[in-house]
Amino acid sequence: MEKEKELEKMAEKADEEKKRKKFTTVSIPTPLFHKVEERIKDTGFTSVSSYVTYVLREIVAEGEKEEEEHPFSDEDEERVKERLRRLGYLE
Amino acid sequence: MPRPHGGKLINRSLKASEKEKIIDLAKELPQIELRYDLVNDVENIANGVFSPLEGFFNQNDLESCLLEKRISNDIPWTIPIILDVSEDASNKIQEDDEIILRDNKGLLAVMRVEEKYNYDKQKLAQHVFSTTDTNHPGVARVFTLGDTFIGGNIELVNETTRNYENYNLKPIETRILFKEKGWRTVVAFQTRNPPHIGHEYVQKTALTFVDGILIQPVVGRKKIGDFRDDIILASYEELMKHYYLKERAVMSILNFDMRYAGPREAIFHAIVRKNFGCSHIIIGRDHAGVGNYYDPYAAQDIFEEFPDLGIFPIFFKSFFYCKRCGGVANEKTCPHSETDHISFSGTEIRKLICDKELPSEEIMRPEVAKLIICEENPFVSE
Repeated sequence: MEKEKELEKMAEKADEEKKRKKFTTVSIPTPLFHKVEERIKDTGFTSVSSYVTYVLREIVAEGEKEEEEHPFSDEDEERVKERLRRLGYLE
Repeated sequence: MPRPHGGKLINRSLKASEKEKIIDLAKELPQIELRYDLVNDVENIANGVFSPLEGFFNQNDLESCLLEKRISNDIPWTIPIILDVSEDASNKIQEDDEIILRDNKGLLAVMRVEEKYNYDKQKLAQHVFSTTDTNHPGVARVFTLGDTFIGGNIELVNETTRNYENYNLKPIETRILFKEKGWRTVVAFQTRNPPHIGHEYVQKTALTFVDGILIQPVVGRKKIGDFRDDIILASYEELMKHYYLKERAVMSILNFDMRYAGPREAIFHAIVRKNFGCSHIIIGRDHAGVGNYYDPYAAQDIFEEFPDLGIFPIFFKSFFYCKRCGGVANEKTCPHSETDHISFSGTEIRKLICDKELPSEEIMRPEVAKLIICEENPFVSE
């Protein structure tokens, strides 16, 4: 039983180590850090890093939202429309 | 319409001229025959259903998916897409090899093996399903996987032949369809059952706020006692014919084996629907759950972890028919007591159908109910 627990702990440690290796450091002003610390009290965020990561992901995703104007070639589009008409999805 | 997940709709189908080369080469390459669920995965990768994936997970992506719920480039991804092989098959394959993936009818795809690796299945199950209990169907499936996983990109040579080809649309097709219909916002509804009145209510409530709805039954391996795929499709055809505007609702299938991973699978379902061009997805109570393994609303709560998902979930609580309200209601909208409520219990509907009794009109549209009841056995029996 104790050996199992030990193995579990080792596996957890290895997971954490892998996680750690995938992160890097970004500097933010110390007062801002403290403000964020205050803000995340009693929220689901466990650290300033997790909050900053969340916010940055949101901002980055915002810029990627809308589909580009012409994502498919005319040829592809015609071929697809033909099939959709055949199947009754388009008139 | 949202961009595909990761920004680009993946297409890993070979052109005719390239196919010929591979067909000529195929006899000299190691070959693996895939199970049906893996055939689905190959096609879903190739057709962009799993964009931005271009192949099966390498170990780095697998670990990132399990630990971070993201692939290694930080894009949200919650369900591992892995190709497992037996020891025998593994011995025939080296890293950097090109190999042929076959289904039971012939050549399906070619794969460049980037990595061969082993992974602790116990750990895999714990991360994905939050349990290692082998009574959980997803966990049980993990323990039947071969011991070696191979990662690498694939290219589809031939599409497999399928049932319900009329309803089998690829993401490029639904995206063009939505554009042609002038739908900028589309809500996806995933289903594994014929529709009852509660489903219809949820779909139509969501449809009120968007331009169109994509009803997408999951077609794949099912449990004994589940409704047959053809029954689900026929019952939706009937419902849509009588109760939906043709210009506002379409149905197409998703070829995929449910993992029953609850919250993680809810995120995965959202990603897939985003690739089909949907801007919203309906997430109900215990979405993609099984038994009592997940909190009924865990599949809704998990969306808070993903500010960059790119598709909006529409959450619904459980519904009932209220005799006093005279319609479908939920705990937020109905002030009456439980004695006035009729539940949309799947078990009860199933029992009525087994007894060849028509569910009441408060529970199921008569056209749908009659269609199901006319079938000698509408359930999967083997």
